[in-house]
Amino acid sequence: MLLSIQDLTKSFDSAEGPVPVLQGVSLTLAAGETVALTGESGSGKSTILHLVGGLDAPSGGTIRIDGQDISGLGDAGRAALRRTTVGIVFQQFNLIPSMTVGANIGFQARLAGRTAPVADLAARMGLSAQLDKYPEDLSGGQQQRVAIARALAAAPRLILADEPTGNLDEATADSVMDLMLEAIADSGAGLLMVTHSDRLAARLSRRLHLSGGRIA
Amino acid sequence: MTFAVLSAILSHWRRAPLQFIALLAGLALATALWSGVQAINAEARSSYDAAAQTLLDGQVDRLVPADGGAVTQADHLALRMAGWRVSPVAEGRLNGVRILGLDPNTVPAGVGQIDIADRADADAFRTGDGQIFGRAEALDRLGPVPPEPVPVAEIAPGTVVTQIGVAQRLLDRPAGHIDFLLLDPDQPDGLPRLAEIAPGLSRVAAGGGTDLSRLTDSFHLNLTAFGALSFVVGLFIVHGTVGLAIEQRRPMVRTLRAVGVPLRLLLWGLGLELLIFALAGGALGLILGHLIAGALLPDVASSLRGLYGAAISGELTLRPGWIAAGLAMSLAGVAIAGTGALVKVARLPILAAARPRAWAMGHRKGQRVLTGVGMAALAGAGGLALWGTSLVAGFALVGAVLLGAAAILPAILSSVLRFGESSANGPVAEWFWADSRQQLPGLSLALMALLLAMAANAGVSTMVSSFRLTFIGFLDQRLAAELYVDTKEEPGLEAWLTDRSDAVLPVQSVEVEVRGLPTDLYGTRPDPLYPDNWRLLEGGAAAWQTMFDGRGVLINEQLARRGGIGVGDILPLAGQDLPVVGVFGDYGNPIGQAMIAEPLWTDAYPNEVPRRFAVRTDPAAVPGMIEAMQAEFGIAPDSAIDQAGIKAVSLQVFERTFAVTGALNLLTLGVAGFAILMSLLTLGSMRLPQLAPVWAMGLTRSRLGGLDLLRAVLLAGLTTVLAIPLGLALAWALLAIVNVAAFGWRLPMFLFPADYALLGVEAILAAALAAGWPAIRLSRIPPDRLLRVFAAER
Repeated sequence: MLLSIQDLTKSFDSAEGPVPVLQGVSLTLAAGETVALTGESGSGKSTILHLVGGLDAPSGGTIRIDGQDISGLGDAGRAALRRTTVGIVFQQFNLIPSMTVGANIGFQARLAGRTAPVADLAARMGLSAQLDKYPEDLSGGQQQRVAIARALAAAPRLILADEPTGNLDEATADSVMDLMLEAIADSGAGLLMVTHSDRLAARLSRRLHLSGGRIA
Repeated sequence: MTFAVLSAILSHWRRAPLQFIALLAGLALATALWSGVQAINAEARSSYDAAAQTLLDGQVDRLVPADGGAVTQADHLALRMAGWRVSPVAEGRLNGVRILGLDPNTVPAGVGQIDIADRADADAFRTGDGQIFGRAEALDRLGPVPPEPVPVAEIAPGTVVTQIGVAQRLLDRPAGHIDFLLLDPDQPDGLPRLAEIAPGLSRVAAGGGTDLSRLTDSFHLNLTAFGALSFVVGLFIVHGTVGLAIEQRRPMVRTLRAVGVPLRLLLWGLGLELLIFALAGGALGLILGHLIAGALLPDVASSLRGLYGAAISGELTLRPGWIAAGLAMSLAGVAIAGTGALVKVARLPILAAARPRAWAMGHRKGQRVLTGVGMAALAGAGGLALWGTSLVAGFALVGAVLLGAAAILPAILSSVLRFGESSANGPVAEWFWADSRQQLPGLSLALMALLLAMAANAGVSTMVSSFRLTFIGFLDQRLAAELYVDTKEEPGLEAWLTDRSDAVLPVQSVEVEVRGLPTDLYGTRPDPLYPDNWRLLEGGAAAWQTMFDGRGVLINEQLARRGGIGVGDILPLAGQDLPVVGVFGDYGNPIGQAMIAEPLWTDAYPNEVPRRFAVRTDPAAVPGMIEAMQAEFGIAPDSAIDQAGIKAVSLQVFERTFAVTGALNLLTLGVAGFAILMSLLTLGSMRLPQLAPVWAMGLTRSRLGGLDLLRAVLLAGLTTVLAIPLGLALAWALLAIVNVAAFGWRLPMFLFPADYALLGVEAILAAALAAGWPAIRLSRIPPDRLLRVFAAER
């Protein structure tokens, strides 16, 4: 199993004491599988993504990626995980404004010590003409395609996408989703995607609904 | 509505306490350094004014005995009876205090006047029954003396004034003793000539060699330049912080306008806020400036006393003009820094999207304009360097070089960073260079401040150190002999000295006019002492021998510059037409000087008898020779001067100058370091959206923190590399143009590579210290703060 989560809990401190966000979430995701994570705001969808991506540490439970338990990893271990094993696509693209499109696409792969097929990915995403431009020169849809290409360039085992089309209009969102799903299918990676859109969720192989910090 | 708008505007500072501190501290530091230096200068000038009043320097002509002794009562009476309006003065020192005895009935109007009406019994002063006036510290130093002490602030430091009879008693002089006579400027017509009535007296013109202000102006000019630079450095902090504070409130401004707040009210509110900051920061700066001036003033006083013999008080007086000037500078600074930001607000469309990076992007656009302006300023500076000779041109050059260099700094740094990016190997290195370039707009103001601070440090250090080396050279030149004897005419003294030394050189001069300029003409005896120790600025190695042979004259730099005289020009001196064969450096001398061979001089002035001698001998023999001379001739102990002793004392006192400039250097560098710290702290939160994705892709927080520290050090290092040549250009402009235009002599410029290296290390250290805290904050930032960047997207 590519991803296996067992009894995952996460609480955040507040003035009134710890606030539980995740209360014993368990799920699995196989290689090549695409899973949509839906739920109302505050249900903990993004928190699961952050924990799986090693951006944050869980309060309890285990997360295994390719059999390796990442729940107890320290700062450096989680950083290595982010470099080599997962690719994250954010809603707001989060490109590096000071680097060209080409440099942005290849950045994470090079961090992981891998050779990035920048030209291939750019061609696939329809970005060949934009390689030497800076992010601020691109449209929102183009920027998100760069972000997806960047996540795929490092050939990660698992792609985590947090509302990747939330900032795009419907037509652009569909086109970006087409490209992303096609590229992920070709790469054989798994996809865990947070979305509010039933329409987009329906395009993935499986759908999990989160409510009150639990899988409903 | 007004209150609600003001509350909304001011609420920003609750959420941005660091910005609040940065703005207030920037204003306070800028005002403090400026007003501190101004306070020192005002105090010194006030002391000079008092000195001019009470020391009688440079105000009226005097009659002094030609033989250096006392004025006889017979001469005094003869002059009075002939209609000359003269006033007797007795002066001397007691317990280190200068006692000035005046005759209140005859002292010329406006000279040495003391306003005693409110403080003392005028009759007691006039009749000499016993009142003595001076500053409290001078009266304390004088100790318990019979006259009643009356503290008066207007009198020169270290001086007391009393009636001439009291002075004579205090100084243990015989009744009727007169040291010199003051000449009333308003003399009746048709007076008999002085030589007919009192041939033993000679007239000394006002303002000859004792006008302190011309010399000390050089010192104050440097201090003022330093203060102005410090203010500009502080202004950079204020400019950056005000701009950022306004920019961060763009969304709020947009919202307020959207809900119906008139633009005019918003602008008034923001303007009022800036006014409050200006007044609060200015007041804080004045307090700080007062403390800085108070701490530096004793050293400044010692410097001036040691360098020029100018006595100024070591105490600071709070002057209304100084307070007003400080607050005005603070207000002007805020006006300069805030106007652009307010104009931006005025032009902001209500529907403009909130763009967090607009500040940086706006800077990038403005940068292109700034670079153009900077290049134009530097081109103008080049023209001034080539063709400018006046004082205004000198200052314009300094200003153009500094502002031009500061304006093009971001463009230069950007090019260097772009080069680094293109030659970087590896993704982190590439990101580092690219991100550094991205951060440049936010850091550029702080880096400009650092550039100016560093340049000022390098420039002023070069100037002061050059000053010091020249001063040492001057001491070596003027105190080249091992012993100086300065006494009244002593028959047989020269022969006595000749028998006991390697050489005896009379130091003999008369005052003449050369091309209308007052000039001391010296008769010089041939000796290797001169060519070995005196520095010729023009003229070859043979110049000295030509002069010794009576075939030419050597003149000092001041005479050469003011009189437009060069080597080869013919000067009529001592009844001869002599060609100028060389020009010697003569630092600090306010009037011209010319040297001719001794035989020419004695032929022209046969009645002049040398009373001062330079004696060449074994330094170890000097103390014994002084003792023997005193036993043989009974000359006063202070008439024989041991060269080594004078040099040691002079240099020791001169080191005080370094204490002052060193302290100002450190303060300016500290302000620049503070600018970097505040820029990094305020940019810290703005940077998170750029750092969070990189962190998400696998760079640890500690590595990001380390890279931020490295970035600050790198940028500071690059700025240092540019600041040193800029500082040297500044020093050159001050020495070669400003000093020459202002004072008529040029200080040679020396380079001090080790000092510059140390300065560079200090600057990098200051930047590292400033960046250390933000870097540590970044390396320890909780992950949820970074995650909020992504969470804030929804």
